[in-house]
Amino acid sequence: MPTKRFLTPLALSAMLLLLPGAPADAQQPQRGGTLSSIISPEPPTLMIGISQTTPTAIVAGKIYESLLRYSTDLKPMPGLAKSWEISADGRTYTFRLHENVKWHDGQPFTAEDVVFTATKYLIEVHPRSRPIMQRAESVTAPDRNTVVFQLKEPFAPFIMAWEPSTAPIVPKHIYDGTNYRNNPANQTPIGTGPFKLQEWVRGSHIHLVRNDEYWQPGKPYLDAIYYRVLPDAGARVVAMETGQTHLSAFADIETFEVPRLKALPHLELTTKGYEYLAQMVWLDFNLRNPPMNDRRFRQAVYYAMDRDFIRDRIWFGLGKIATGPIHSSIPHYDANVPKYPLDLKKSEQLLDEMGLKRGADGVRVRVTLDALPYGDIYKRLAEYTKQALARVGIEVTIRTSDVAGWGDRVRNWDYEMTHQVLSQLGHPALGVSRLYITSNIRKGVLFSNVNGYTNPRIDELFGKAAVAVEPAEIQAMYSEIQRILVEDVPVAWLLELEFPTFINKQFRNVITSGIGVRDNFADVHMVRQ
Amino acid sequence: MTGMEGLRDFWQRYRRNKGAIVGLAVLVLVLATALLGPTLFPGNPWDMAGAPFQKPFDPEFPLGTDTLGRDILMGIVHGARVSLLIGFVATFAAVSLGVILGSVAGYYGGLVDDLLMRFTEFFQTIPSFVFAIVLVAIFTPSIASIVAAIAIVSWPPVARLVRGEFLTLRTREFVQASVVLGRSSRHIIFVEILPNAVSPIIVAGSLMVATAILIESSLSFLGLGDPNMMSWGFMIGSARTVLRTAWWMSFFPGLAILLTVLALNLVGEGLNDALNPRLTREGR
Repeated sequence: MPTKRFLTPLALSAMLLLLPGAPADAQQPQRGGTLSSIISPEPPTLMIGISQTTPTAIVAGKIYESLLRYSTDLKPMPGLAKSWEISADGRTYTFRLHENVKWHDGQPFTAEDVVFTATKYLIEVHPRSRPIMQRAESVTAPDRNTVVFQLKEPFAPFIMAWEPSTAPIVPKHIYDGTNYRNNPANQTPIGTGPFKLQEWVRGSHIHLVRNDEYWQPGKPYLDAIYYRVLPDAGARVVAMETGQTHLSAFADIETFEVPRLKALPHLELTTKGYEYLAQMVWLDFNLRNPPMNDRRFRQAVYYAMDRDFIRDRIWFGLGKIATGPIHSSIPHYDANVPKYPLDLKKSEQLLDEMGLKRGADGVRVRVTLDALPYGDIYKRLAEYTKQALARVGIEVTIRTSDVAGWGDRVRNWDYEMTHQVLSQLGHPALGVSRLYITSNIRKGVLFSNVNGYTNPRIDELFGKAAVAVEPAEIQAMYSEIQRILVEDVPVAWLLELEFPTFINKQFRNVITSGIGVRDNFADVHMVRQ
Repeated sequence: MTGMEGLRDFWQRYRRNKGAIVGLAVLVLVLATALLGPTLFPGNPWDMAGAPFQKPFDPEFPLGTDTLGRDILMGIVHGARVSLLIGFVATFAAVSLGVILGSVAGYYGGLVDDLLMRFTEFFQTIPSFVFAIVLVAIFTPSIASIVAAIAIVSWPPVARLVRGEFLTLRTREFVQASVVLGRSSRHIIFVEILPNAVSPIIVAGSLMVATAILIESSLSFLGLGDPNMMSWGFMIGSARTVLRTAWWMSFFPGLAILLTVLALNLVGEGLNDALNPRLTREGR
């Protein structure tokens, strides 16, 4: 007898009420209003299946939907699926879909669209979704509104893989049998979401309008959303100050502008809505080269980095010091790991032990650091790293390049040290294991195990933990993984990033989930003053 | 006329230009800062010495601190050396290249001249700053690639200037006399003609140092500076995003660039007056 994890509509509405961010006032949301949001940089495309960049996810998250959404504590919430069950053996996932859902072109949305998306579309185009969907032995649609995934073996994180940028559901009637990447429909996205694409003026704005046939009656409340392309950081601040735009997210507003904007009466600041992505920044060592291949060197570097400084002086307090490979907002995080507080003496001691003595110029060893080309904040992080390591006799030469140049170097293992920032995607098996398991050492692939860490015990634990069913057993394995990795320091985890989201107070219910601004905005409404 | 007298004469003419005197004074100050600064202000300009965003006119940090808490005054003092070094080395390289190509073209004329001048024009048709950006971006930003890029975009005007001088000088009697005496072409170019063409080259060169400093600053401003070198352009570039909240971070390095470039221009004008007395004095 399978245990059922059913979410009744009543339980659901109770859960929604408990969600942080829900307004306390009982005012009934009104129809109407236009939200103007910043988007930067401009998305390369709105076809979310093909591009997983954040700007695409933000805009296309209003057009395309997935089966689920996730709360800020990463519990699944209904999306296109109104309820779901997981069998006791962890191998069968049954999703029951909402009825009367229509695509933007008027065609009905059915379970066949989900089967097509999971078995054909995502497996071909979506690098992150492919390994997850390949775990399904069969995907069937017993009726128009039910989809059953039969997995080859249990995979608990499977339930975490259903947000719009990880598994966007695409229309079978448009894509089946075509070249997915070149299909002209990619220019005129057809989704099930609360908003439709009206117009995209490249370099200026993207105009989305209300989907009057949306499956949630009465929603969305807004008439339209404008995404304004504002590449200049200074212009973005002014746009938020003057009320020209109503919403900024991710790195739109530079950290040092946050205190000033926070004080403005018409803006509200929240750091919620990034729990699913759970981004972490770390210092990456190429373990193929000396001295980085010596654990003592990596520990020495870790002891020399003042992470309070990084959080307070570079990120202006927006962030949390990382303790290990798993972000504290995603499941199976364990804080009980070895600690590396700032300790220059210990750092120097480890370097002495290695035989790296200070030369006449005070330098023990020279290494190159490729600065992350994602903007000024990472440039400052590189400058800080150089100074911090100079204190223990490690001379760092900073190398700068553009995004493509940096990517080429890192994915072809042609670097010594670099910073990296990556999302953990709701579960260690989706976003963390990829960085440390031997089978994911793939030359030429960015965001794989680029530094070449290999440890049979880690491989075994990640492999077993992903397919285990018993929660206590899973936790024990992830805890062991964290202890081993933190002892080994394959990379030096620095900071769990928090991003400032500024919302004009005229708008309510903007951030209602752990997907944040990438969510569909069906509940966002405007308050008339 | 002995060398001493010539120098005194030169100085007489130079100091008639008041601006040039001011420029020289400022330039000497900047040069002194570059030479002695690191001794007078020992330490590392990259050290995060204090709290970030400290306002200027504070006893500890007279010019304030930047976004990471680095001392702006230290940055300006240490940056003087980098900015001037880049300015002078790049100019030296550009002038050397320009003189060689220009003199060969001007002296030999004919097909050699045509080929070399078409080659020069090829470089002149590319907008120089855009070209510098491309070069630095391709060869990853470092002090060597920046100097090389500035030199590569700066030599064509020198080549054309030198060629012009050579075209007029090679018809003079003293050159023809050397030819009759059977002197080698190399001797005639470098010993006979070049010394007579040196004044306009010096004037052009002094102005080129100023341009080189500006190009380096612009490159750094765009994030294409050497990330391991504290230069004025880097300081402005890294403070650009905080212009509205922290004016002092870009104001002081900007002032340093302004004064240095102005000084170099004034000195260049003074040199022009002193070296070509007939050209400049007649009109006044």
